[in-house]
Amino acid sequence: MADLVKFTIDGREFEAPPGTLVIEAAKRAGIEIPSFCYYEGYSLQAACRMCLVEVEKMPKMQVACTLPVGNGMVVHTDSAQVRASRKYMLEFLLANHPLDCPVCDKGGECELQDMAFRYGAGESRFTENKRHVDEQQWSPVVFYDGPRCILCFRCVRACDEGMGVGALGVVNRGAVSLIAPNEGDHLNCDECGQCIDICPVGALTSGAYRYQTRPWEMEHVGTICTHCSNGCKTTLGVRNDEIIRGNNRDRSGINGEFLCIKGRYAFDFSHHADRLQSPMIRGAGGKLEPASWSKALLTIAEKFSQIKARDGKFGVIGSNHTSNEENFYLQKFARQVLGTNNIDHHRTGDVVTLVDALSGTAGELASTQDLYERKAFLIVGADLAIEQPFLSFQIRASKRHHDAHIYVVTAGNVREDQYSTRSIRKGRGTELDALAELRDALAAESELVIVFNDSVKGDDVRKLVEFGQSLGIAVKYCPLLDYSNSRGAIDMGLLPELLPGYQASGTPGLTVREMLAADDLDAVWVVGANPLKEGPLGSRNAFVVVQDMFMTESAQRADVLLPAASAYEKNGTVTNVCGEVQRLKRAISTIGAKPDLEIIGLIAKEMGLAAQMGPWLPETVYNEIRRTVKGYDIPLALVTVGAQQTTPVNGRVGVESRPDLIWSAHDSLFTSGTLGRYSKILNSVIEKRLTLAHPDKEEYVRQ
Amino acid sequence: MLYNQPDPLEVRILSKRFGMPDSHTIETYLATDGYKALEKALGMTQDEIVNEVKASGLRGRGGAGFPTGMKWSFVPRQSPKPKYIMVNADESEPGTCKDRLLIEYDPHQMIEGILIAGLAVGAQQGYIYIRGEYRYLIDIVDRAIDEAYARGYLGDNILGRGVRFHLTTHSGAGAYECGEESALLESFEGKRGIPRIRPPFPAVAGVYQSPTVLNNVETFCSVPPIILHGGAYFAGLGTPKNGGTRLFCLSGHINKPGVYELPMGFNLMRMINEVGGGMRNGKKLKAVIPGGSSCPVLKADECDLAMDFDTLAAAKSMLGSGGVVVMDEDTCMVKAALRIMRFYAHESCGWCIPCREGTTWLRKLLTRFHEGMGQRSDIVLIGDLARNMLGRTFCPLGDAAALPTISIVEKFEEEFVAHLNGEPCPYDKSSRLVAA
Repeated sequence: MADLVKFTIDGREFEAPPGTLVIEAAKRAGIEIPSFCYYEGYSLQAACRMCLVEVEKMPKMQVACTLPVGNGMVVHTDSAQVRASRKYMLEFLLANHPLDCPVCDKGGECELQDMAFRYGAGESRFTENKRHVDEQQWSPVVFYDGPRCILCFRCVRACDEGMGVGALGVVNRGAVSLIAPNEGDHLNCDECGQCIDICPVGALTSGAYRYQTRPWEMEHVGTICTHCSNGCKTTLGVRNDEIIRGNNRDRSGINGEFLCIKGRYAFDFSHHADRLQSPMIRGAGGKLEPASWSKALLTIAEKFSQIKARDGKFGVIGSNHTSNEENFYLQKFARQVLGTNNIDHHRTGDVVTLVDALSGTAGELASTQDLYERKAFLIVGADLAIEQPFLSFQIRASKRHHDAHIYVVTAGNVREDQYSTRSIRKGRGTELDALAELRDALAAESELVIVFNDSVKGDDVRKLVEFGQSLGIAVKYCPLLDYSNSRGAIDMGLLPELLPGYQASGTPGLTVREMLAADDLDAVWVVGANPLKEGPLGSRNAFVVVQDMFMTESAQRADVLLPAASAYEKNGTVTNVCGEVQRLKRAISTIGAKPDLEIIGLIAKEMGLAAQMGPWLPETVYNEIRRTVKGYDIPLALVTVGAQQTTPVNGRVGVESRPDLIWSAHDSLFTSGTLGRYSKILNSVIEKRLTLAHPDKEEYVRQ
Repeated sequence: MLYNQPDPLEVRILSKRFGMPDSHTIETYLATDGYKALEKALGMTQDEIVNEVKASGLRGRGGAGFPTGMKWSFVPRQSPKPKYIMVNADESEPGTCKDRLLIEYDPHQMIEGILIAGLAVGAQQGYIYIRGEYRYLIDIVDRAIDEAYARGYLGDNILGRGVRFHLTTHSGAGAYECGEESALLESFEGKRGIPRIRPPFPAVAGVYQSPTVLNNVETFCSVPPIILHGGAYFAGLGTPKNGGTRLFCLSGHINKPGVYELPMGFNLMRMINEVGGGMRNGKKLKAVIPGGSSCPVLKADECDLAMDFDTLAAAKSMLGSGGVVVMDEDTCMVKAALRIMRFYAHESCGWCIPCREGTTWLRKLLTRFHEGMGQRSDIVLIGDLARNMLGRTFCPLGDAAALPTISIVEKFEEEFVAHLNGEPCPYDKSSRLVAA
């Protein structure tokens, strides 16, 4: 590494690597140089002129955001000239600003307010007429209030550079310049809301949050998004036990400030009017009728005990969304109390074969940080930007910051094509045919991460690993999964053939498909899943218990239906697509519903098995996981402050995976299984798109 | 047809073909030493050409006056990227109208200068960025380029000497800002016409981030005479460090406005009284903008000076682009400041805050002030706002707006005072829009 550069800021001497910008060097030294347009990670603008500093031996003030430190450079950030410059720059900015702070969403957390407070003048000399343009709505999510805009172009860069979408641009010139959608009057984008959160003022506001509250009326709870498998941290703004807002402005968690529309806005399912609030029992007339928790639990306990006593057959179907603790507790219940391996969930990717194929190696499962730091990527099968938005964002950032090379093999066009080194089209399931022609290029890379989805499963995973190991470079793998705890469901043994920690179960039980097809099950227990969406239950006389948030197809078949809490209403841990364990923190309480862990525990209690099952407290169950599940011996404190990657078994997995049962739902940015069906914001985007696509149709059929 | 009659005091080097029949054709050009400099340059090394230009004392004619030879020497000799020549024909500075004549009357002289620059730095492709409003000039240049191709002065094997150079015109879309070199490059590349962060400068990263020589039309037009007659000859025409002649664009309240080629260092008062034929209607001189609207104005008693870069810098103004705007005693300086600010507010690209907000604020303020609605504190504010822009903007457009404003408010404060108290403009009784 090159020698450090020595320089002076405000009379103190510092060292930094050559190329370090003065504004960054100052920040590291604890000296604030204010700026609007400078934004770490995005291209330099030097437009806002707030960061002008005095540099000795330079005739004019210099912008600290584009000036690299130099040996012997002497910088003054607090001279009279600099202070005056900041003050007058803010005077210019505020001249045309509407100063409608009392009704502005940003009020209280507005960078312009903060800057004016700290660096600005107490009064304005501007007495001319202010410009006005009307507010515009660009999409169900994005609103633009032109007069508030200070034209820092953060939104344009976040959309173009960060998201690879480029939906925003600038129109007009001079003082009447405005940010505008590149498609004219509307956005055709990911609706991720990055532009809104990155806006330093209230120019961009969200349809989900605008005029809902003042920021200081909320409490902020950092938890993990419950939608896709990427496991982004989302900080929920809660007021009066209601989630008002989601964002991650503190940049904590694996995702920094990245969130897609689901993490930022699609928490709204949690207060959907259709949420189940009371247990229901199928009454004499065959209809589900509200019942008390005690009656519902008693009914289940009696029925389960009867069936168990006569050695009846149970089927247990778990979820991709429930926490590790709930999954662990559920499989423990099934295996130790109900005595069955008939436990399964919707499998969305072949982690099992990958773990087996990588047996004997270490550290070859990519982390989300690897997706930002590595120098080359091979994406197989997946439309990453649509289905795995954070992973896609990481790889884009790696391209931007590290000039990473991206290779794509997919059936259709994907966003990665725009910046890939090579894109090859191969039909679904035949993607591996492209490997031969990529071999030389990939072998010439220094390192590689191979990202693959459910197109590659079973023996294909082994082929892919064989290919990767034959390249002669360091290769890591990332098997894509669908939902927030898909990985945790596998790790926790929600599988008939595997116990927690990829240990063979001995006698494999029934798979989901077999449970649905069987006609001799005495009881079916569905926790947070909706298997009956695909078809009716074969065991027509089975006693069905369903725990869910909504009246799904499966819930409608329940004999006892229990209202479950959402991920935002409980504590616990989840494991993301890269095997990173993170902590769920309860943001709001529930009305009527209970967390699945508590429900399972209460059933055990009613059956008189509380002692055998142990306390149904998330922390207690987590400690049991730490003790018993390989790879999960991670102190809770560590996953509370950040993500910790699990290290699954380093050895052969004793069973074959079931490729025939592995399929991804391929949720888009605007769908999210059952949760998506109850998210107003996701549906409003879909509706808007349909209206735009079919302007003549008044009605549309929702998929 | 000439726009104005030549003056005997002129030293016609660049404009020597002005007024000749069919001066824009290659036939006329070849009959008057045309492309002889190119032939000479083809026998010179790159260093010899650059040194000749350095010796000529030629300084950029776009306004900043940077030494041309030095600029060319910044272009890296060894570059994995192609090199380019870019001609700034985005002549937009109010008061300036010389490049259009150079292009209209003598396009081949510019093409020859471009070719020699190409030889000097090893470029094989040139582009001429012509402002959108000069649409008719694009046709003239295109025809001249066709002629040059037909005669072998452009192409893959120029004059059979194995040298390759291609030249293309490119139309601007009507933005003053695109005359700023890096904004011009952005606009040329099809992007929004906003300036780039510099460094790197165009000599290192210009067109398509490749090494580029970017000069004004008149600068390129000065090159053939320099090569043909030698740098020393050209340098001798002007004053020390200010080589050659310059096309001055005389406008305003004088009897003979027009474009005149005069040696660098020509006295401004002589320019007004002799070349320009004196003040119109025998009025008294009040002020002069010496080099386009972005230069601080000179009061009448400051105008007895030599018109070269250094003398004007010493007088706290600028030689700029050669646009000399003469204002007589009937001129309202508040209105002049307003007119200038209206231009810059309209042309600010909007990229940086001080220029974008400052020019528009000043336009509104000066408008109100000129209408008789000003207050004494506004006079201070006008100067303050301009000074708050000065040196703090992203590109020189902010300075261009600030400098004339500061100079007017400082030098003609009494005229501002005369607009106070709801009184109508003393120079234009009909100007007051609001009844007192």
